[in-house]
Amino acid sequence: MTLPSATLLAQSALSGLFVGALYGLIGLGLGLSWGLLRTINLAHFAFTFAAAYLCYQLVTVTGIDPLLTLIVIVPLFFALGVALQALLQRFAVSALNSLLVTFGVTAIIEAAIQAIWSADFRRLESHYAQAKFKWGALYLPVPELITLGFAIALSLALWALLKHTDLGKALRAAEHDAPIAAAFGVNQRALALLLAGTCAALAAVAGVCLSLSFTLAPSQIYAWIGVVFAAVMMGGLGSALGPLVAGVIIGVSEALTMAITAPSWAPIVSFTLLIALLLLRPGRVG
Amino acid sequence: MRQLRNWGRVVAGAALCALTALAHAQAPVRIGSTLALTGPLSATAQVHKLVGEIYVEQLNKRGGLLGRQVEWIVKDDQSKPDVARTLYEQLITADKVDLLMGPYATGAILSAMGVAQRYDKLLIHHTFGIPNLAKYERQFPAWSLGPDPGTTVPNTVLDALAAAGKTPKTIAVVTSKFPSLHFISLGAREVAKKRGINEVLFLEWEFGNRDFGPIAARIKDAKPDFVWVGAIGLDGNLLIDAMKKLDYTPPIHFYVYPAPGPMVKSADADGALSVSIFEDHPPLNTSPVAAEFTKTFRERATKANLPETNVEVQAAASFTAWQMLEAAVNGTKSLDDKALAAWLKSNKVDTIQGKLRFDGPNNYGDDLMHVKQVQNGRWLIVYPPNVAAPGAKLIVK
Repeated sequence: MTLPSATLLAQSALSGLFVGALYGLIGLGLGLSWGLLRTINLAHFAFTFAAAYLCYQLVTVTGIDPLLTLIVIVPLFFALGVALQALLQRFAVSALNSLLVTFGVTAIIEAAIQAIWSADFRRLESHYAQAKFKWGALYLPVPELITLGFAIALSLALWALLKHTDLGKALRAAEHDAPIAAAFGVNQRALALLLAGTCAALAAVAGVCLSLSFTLAPSQIYAWIGVVFAAVMMGGLGSALGPLVAGVIIGVSEALTMAITAPSWAPIVSFTLLIALLLLRPGRVG
Repeated sequence: MRQLRNWGRVVAGAALCALTALAHAQAPVRIGSTLALTGPLSATAQVHKLVGEIYVEQLNKRGGLLGRQVEWIVKDDQSKPDVARTLYEQLITADKVDLLMGPYATGAILSAMGVAQRYDKLLIHHTFGIPNLAKYERQFPAWSLGPDPGTTVPNTVLDALAAAGKTPKTIAVVTSKFPSLHFISLGAREVAKKRGINEVLFLEWEFGNRDFGPIAARIKDAKPDFVWVGAIGLDGNLLIDAMKKLDYTPPIHFYVYPAPGPMVKSADADGALSVSIFEDHPPLNTSPVAAEFTKTFRERATKANLPETNVEVQAAASFTAWQMLEAAVNGTKSLDDKALAAWLKSNKVDTIQGKLRFDGPNNYGDDLMHVKQVQNGRWLIVYPPNVAAPGAKLIVK
């Protein structure tokens, strides 16, 4: 067996970094919703894909820059997130039941996507597709750099918001002890709606990034669930930076596994890491 | 008076018998099948539905089967083999269909095959990918990939390269572990070895892999003359994209079952090779039957807003399945499953793919897979020469 070259290893690590950033970006809203709202929102993946399809449609019809579609898509999905949360609050859906309810919502959104765009593959053609930088022997594709940029910027922004603003403190207080937080004037219901809308808006950003790099098909919604859940659980529920860090660890580990050994071993990596974490730090999830 | 009443009874009885016979004679032949009308396989299943509708419509214009009109009952198996199994049971026991037509795709066909076997029914199917699992004696494949595609397909591809004077010295075999193509990729390794081609890389990935960057980097690093990609669906496009991001295009690259639409539309796929039983260009589309079908399909597919409006593998295999059923019924003048199966086993059928026989192992005949290549945004058959598009030659950059 020959050893892989340094270029191969570095390029693979970069590839893992980029895909890990996408895991983190998708996981960001999911983890916040799970950790702070106690809603295990499977519909987050459907929102991500619905946003990706919407971006595809807007770009195909109008020819605008894919990133400009965020102006329309982000507020739209914020509203969708608020509506879904209002529904969950109206029926006082528990954390476990939210998993079932949002799975149903996912199935509905998948069917709607299929009805509108068919089950066939859709590919967003944009000027970003082939744009890349070369750094020594390494290639840095622009769509993946955009995803990485969004993932870092949004994770840091939300971390700062949760850590250093009154709004963030109120959100964390409401999650920690809702009645006491309410006694101090925290409007938990309004905050939950705001956070749910933000999480859905984050899904929309992830969707636009997804459409820049991946071919779309409705059934692909489910392909991301396992690894993103692993990233969220490893990163810590309710954490803003955790999913990105965990996503990158998973992505790079998978990529290096593919570069050094058989690529078919790569999916084992994320779950091995998760199991190891659960064994070593069982209190991290929950 | 009594005599008159008796005559009346005789006339009424005769009329009743005649009416019953007439009604029976005019009862349609009911053909039952399922298709993945919803779920992940629905995009391709829509092609099979459209082909079935076109065929039954044309068949009924020709007078149907045995002088009776044909009614096609198609149920939605939701892309789930277990649902297909239940629905085929239902078609046989509750709907009491006269004949069966296969579902899409391999998993559902395998389910339907089990049900057909339990009830001794004939099952003609479109695109079953694992011939050695087709053990039931009354199943017949419309997709002419031969009984051992793991050997014949790689040989055809390498023959095509040899004929173009581009026999590779080195090969990289990279493949998904998806069942109906993994064994063909393993066969490609064996065939390459027997032909003295040096394997510089062998990689496998799980179906559903998202990150093709490291795989692309390893292919680039291995510098093979020829990359055999055991890809199904999107994997081929994802790998091409990943290689392009590294500014790399292999000298020769082949994809087993790529998603035909997305690959042909990809600007970076020019020169990519694959295999096909039919493409919508001469000489395959020039027979009167093929010409009428391809024209009708194009019109109807455009109207139905299908992304691929040209007849290719799926539509051709689907059409072939109906041709086989019609030929067997006309050949036996019967709807008896045993007689139909025996007829197919001992007769060749003229189809748009060519003449098919079913007397080989597991009722498979010849491997009629041809080598096709993306050239200027179109799939063109480039090998063998007798079915190649006019003037088309295998191009290696």
